[in-house]
Amino acid sequence: MSAGDAGRPVISVRGLRTQFGATVIHDGLDLDIFAGEVVGIVGGSGTGKSVLLRTIIGLNRPRAGTIAVFGQQLDELAAAERQMVERRWGVLFQDGALFSSLTVAQNVMLPMREHLDLSEGLMDELAAMKISMVGLQPDACNKYPSELSGGMRKRAGLARALALDPDIVFLDEPTAGLDPIGAAAFDNLILELQRNLGLTVFMVTHDLDSLNAICDRIAVLAEKRVIVTGDMAQMLEHSHPWIRDYFHGPRARARAAELEPKQPDPKQEDS
Amino acid sequence: MATLEWSEQADRVEVRATGDWVIARLAPLEAQLRRLLDVGGGDLHFDLGDLGRLDTAGAWLIHRTLKALEKSGRQVRLQNATEDQAALIARVAANDKPHPAEPEGGNAFLHVVAEIGETVLDAWRETRDLLGFFGLTVATLGRAVRQPARVRLTSLVYHLEQVGLNAVPIVALISFLIGIVLAYQGATQLRQFGAEIFTVELVAISVLREIGILLTAIIVAGRSGSAFTAQIGSMKLHEEVDAMRALALDPMEMLVLPRILALIIALPMLGFISAMMGLAGGAVMCWVSLDISPGLYIERLYEGVTLSHFLVGIVKAPFFALMIGLIGCFEGLKVESSAESVGRLTTKSVVESVFMVIVVDAFFSIYFAVLGL
Repeated sequence: MSAGDAGRPVISVRGLRTQFGATVIHDGLDLDIFAGEVVGIVGGSGTGKSVLLRTIIGLNRPRAGTIAVFGQQLDELAAAERQMVERRWGVLFQDGALFSSLTVAQNVMLPMREHLDLSEGLMDELAAMKISMVGLQPDACNKYPSELSGGMRKRAGLARALALDPDIVFLDEPTAGLDPIGAAAFDNLILELQRNLGLTVFMVTHDLDSLNAICDRIAVLAEKRVIVTGDMAQMLEHSHPWIRDYFHGPRARARAAELEPKQPDPKQEDS
Repeated sequence: MATLEWSEQADRVEVRATGDWVIARLAPLEAQLRRLLDVGGGDLHFDLGDLGRLDTAGAWLIHRTLKALEKSGRQVRLQNATEDQAALIARVAANDKPHPAEPEGGNAFLHVVAEIGETVLDAWRETRDLLGFFGLTVATLGRAVRQPARVRLTSLVYHLEQVGLNAVPIVALISFLIGIVLAYQGATQLRQFGAEIFTVELVAISVLREIGILLTAIIVAGRSGSAFTAQIGSMKLHEEVDAMRALALDPMEMLVLPRILALIIALPMLGFISAMMGLAGGAVMCWVSLDISPGLYIERLYEGVTLSHFLVGIVKAPFFALMIGLIGCFEGLKVESSAESVGRLTTKSVVESVFMVIVVDAFFSIYFAVLGL
């Protein structure tokens, strides 16, 4: 990111309304995401976290409201300009969404092959490097998605999302279904990449550890909009009942106790 | 722009990288960096002081060049890299693990021979498995006959609507048109012998014995056989079939039997509709081009065409239905974990069932010829 972008939101959602038939998912949703930050989106099941992600990247059409990415209104762009924007973000879908007829290496090379003019050898090396970077063994390169486990597919999906060295990465539940060690490694990887590359990360997650470990800011989806954004400390102090339940629930408490055994329990209720 | 410039000093080469070294701008750099390998001798100082943005692809190019230079015995120093840039290059270097080359193709001739052998073996396995599947279906059917409650009535009716009722318009239309074509062609040829009146027999016998039912079977194979494969195939992809097994439900009973039974019931009816529409098409053409009135047409039908012609045609329908249903369900259950296999097996299902329908039809022809029907 160049210095000029600092302080201006890279993603700016205003008055978003999405609707499937008569079911309203979001109504009057506002959200800003700034360059170089890691934002975790949390919310109960069915509050439209994934729908929000899909709407921002243009897979769902909003009924009302505007979405600006890099300061450009997505729905006003011509197809070619839109493609330029799309090349600057990478998306990791929930189950990886790898193309089943291509090997992992071919999956990672596909966006490079389609959008850039690099030599075959260099693309091959870059793909191998990205695959290794997300923590897969070199022999995974020549495997087909159906030969991989769920966690490996997720890593391969991240390698493809990073193929074009994007400025923004959208992650849909990146650590769901990974073992705790793998999930921690995944968190670390995202954090390091974010630091080295100045990535902006938009992450839908349920993983309290991830939220704790890598998110600069947390946005809570409830009542069809983003009811609050803030860091972990602000979440812990917030009085909204759902937020209280989420961040002070038995699982959150157990984790807090594990992580910081000396910290006093921040609530008065008995456990 | 991403650029690279170098100057040769007495004892070293100074290389300066400027601009944004990001993936979208790397294409020209690659060749330049390769030339750098041949420049001068001695030490090489790689200066990143004026570098703009750097991403993993740019970092990889730098790492790759440095590695190649070091390999050729040169001393290389990276200068003025910021902390982030150095960290990125280090991270990239740590992930320098080339993936194993894909296995070699080997001898092309041997490859072809092996391919042929594999295909023959596949055909044999396929036939054997299909026979096994037929046996399994018959066993399931046997159970269903003893315990009729096991037949899923809702499912059966649903599939009857899908493969039977919904196919009526297209089957009727195509048969009508084929009746017209047959009558027209027949009339043109037979007129040369002054035997136009036999056009009626020509149309009636070919439609009733062969064309009506064959055409119907081919349409149904394309419409419903493919649908069976795709439906069951995508259910397999989403582990729905496994879920059925895990719930102690029999996929043969839930998925296969209703589909095959529906086809066996529907295809004779469709065949009948097809035969009637074919005759109607013939009647229209005879009336228009030969001035044979519908009344006369029906009279000729009574004289020249016996019920056995119709029965010879319609009796084949359940057998065709069985082939189409068996192959459609069988290929669907073979789908394995990729969208590509759904497509491949659906194609295979249609091709195989059309082929088998024609093979079965040929056997019936020989059989009826021997019986003298």
